[in-house]
Amino acid sequence: MEQRTPSLRSVAWLWFGIALAVLIVGFRQAIFLTPTDAAQGDVGRIIYYHVPSAMMGLVFPYVNFVAALAYLYWRRRDPLRALAADALALAAAEVTVVFVSIGLLTGMLWGRAVWGIWWTWDARLTTYLLLWLLYVSYLLLRRFSSTGESHTLSAVLSVFAAVDVPIVYMSIRWWRTQHPAPVFGGDANSGMDKSMLPAFFWNLAGWAIWGIFILIFRFALERRRQIAEQEAALQAIEASLEIPQ
Amino acid sequence: MTYLRHVLDHLRKDLRLEWRSRDSINGMLFFALLVVVVFGLAFDPTGYPTTTRQIAGGILWVALLFASITALNLSWARELRNQVLEAQRMAPSPASALFVGKTLANMLFVLIVEAVLAPIFIVFFNLHVLGNAWLLALILPLGTWALVVNGTFFAALGLRARNRELLLPLLLLPISLPALLAMVQGTTGVLTADLDAIQINTWIGQLAGYDIIFTTICILLFETVLNAE
Repeated sequence: MEQRTPSLRSVAWLWFGIALAVLIVGFRQAIFLTPTDAAQGDVGRIIYYHVPSAMMGLVFPYVNFVAALAYLYWRRRDPLRALAADALALAAAEVTVVFVSIGLLTGMLWGRAVWGIWWTWDARLTTYLLLWLLYVSYLLLRRFSSTGESHTLSAVLSVFAAVDVPIVYMSIRWWRTQHPAPVFGGDANSGMDKSMLPAFFWNLAGWAIWGIFILIFRFALERRRQIAEQEAALQAIEASLEIPQ
Repeated sequence: MTYLRHVLDHLRKDLRLEWRSRDSINGMLFFALLVVVVFGLAFDPTGYPTTTRQIAGGILWVALLFASITALNLSWARELRNQVLEAQRMAPSPASALFVGKTLANMLFVLIVEAVLAPIFIVFFNLHVLGNAWLLALILPLGTWALVVNGTFFAALGLRARNRELLLPLLLLPISLPALLAMVQGTTGVLTADLDAIQINTWIGQLAGYDIIFTTICILLFETVLNAE
């Protein structure tokens, strides 16, 4: 499986270094180089952290879903490969929860400063909160279910979550369009000024590279845990075979 | 045809089990009644008829949701005694027949609870339905099916977990949120007559769509969950 070869290790360090470098450039762009937002002042700079995190929080659920499907497909056909898919699903779910949490928290801070309220039951906010709830319940299921079956059960839940999110989005959007939308001070995303673009894309790239790094790091950690578990099980079986003689 | 016969066999078995103990229905009924009483104490329903109408839909569904959660775990815990579930897994009948039979049985139990609870609810909350009350005869079964089909599935999913009593609501509530939204909005719309007929029809349509989608997924994935080890 994952051999800790020196070359792999140096690639990981290189990736980590690139992530840090891009994030530093992004920080410089966002905080020092971009002109202050005319309507919001310096508070508007949180967009360079809120939007990339929120976007990453919407990307990693797909990784989780695909890995869960792969697990269900390989479960009987190729159990060892299925375990790898399961590790990827777990890693993607954890990274999702982290990014969605950051998206929610930065959004609340921004909302408090610009709208005057921490939270509103707007379509996008509600859907996003539900995404967070679904993946937290996914992680809870993994913790609560007994060891032998947690992979399969969590993969099933992942399929449910993937089906649920679009339905939630449609139903809540329909629900909210019935009410007058809260007056936001102009949609910040609708037209991004050219001066904002470099900072935005540097940060988006930085958080994407960082997210992939964390995903693979967590995946490798989970793989090591699985392999250690397999070896322990093998030793236990061997030990039990030696007793009768 | 044989599939239908298997489903009916499972349904008959579950109904007979319930008829002999009557644990689920009695428990659910009393629990839902207590929820209604607690909400009745929390604010004054007779003093504020308009407010009551606006929140009664939500209270009714909360009462039914929590009541059915208490019974859903029980319906699978029965199968654990004497390794009945292991026998079910080895049986040549399709696994989903077991699921469909049990879901139908649970559906019937919750519908009975609703039939008893609805008059009590109307009396305690002094409720005058302003809209077309017959629409509730459509919304209630559709909403109940949405709760019961997912609830039965997730109760089976969490069956062998540590503290499964806690796990079921944690999984069921986030997944059921769109259905809950549709049924609460639809019920409130009928009670207050604030929504016009087209809007209520859209909520009912959404509920029906949710039911179809999730019933299909549950039936497809049930065998995986039953043989999860």
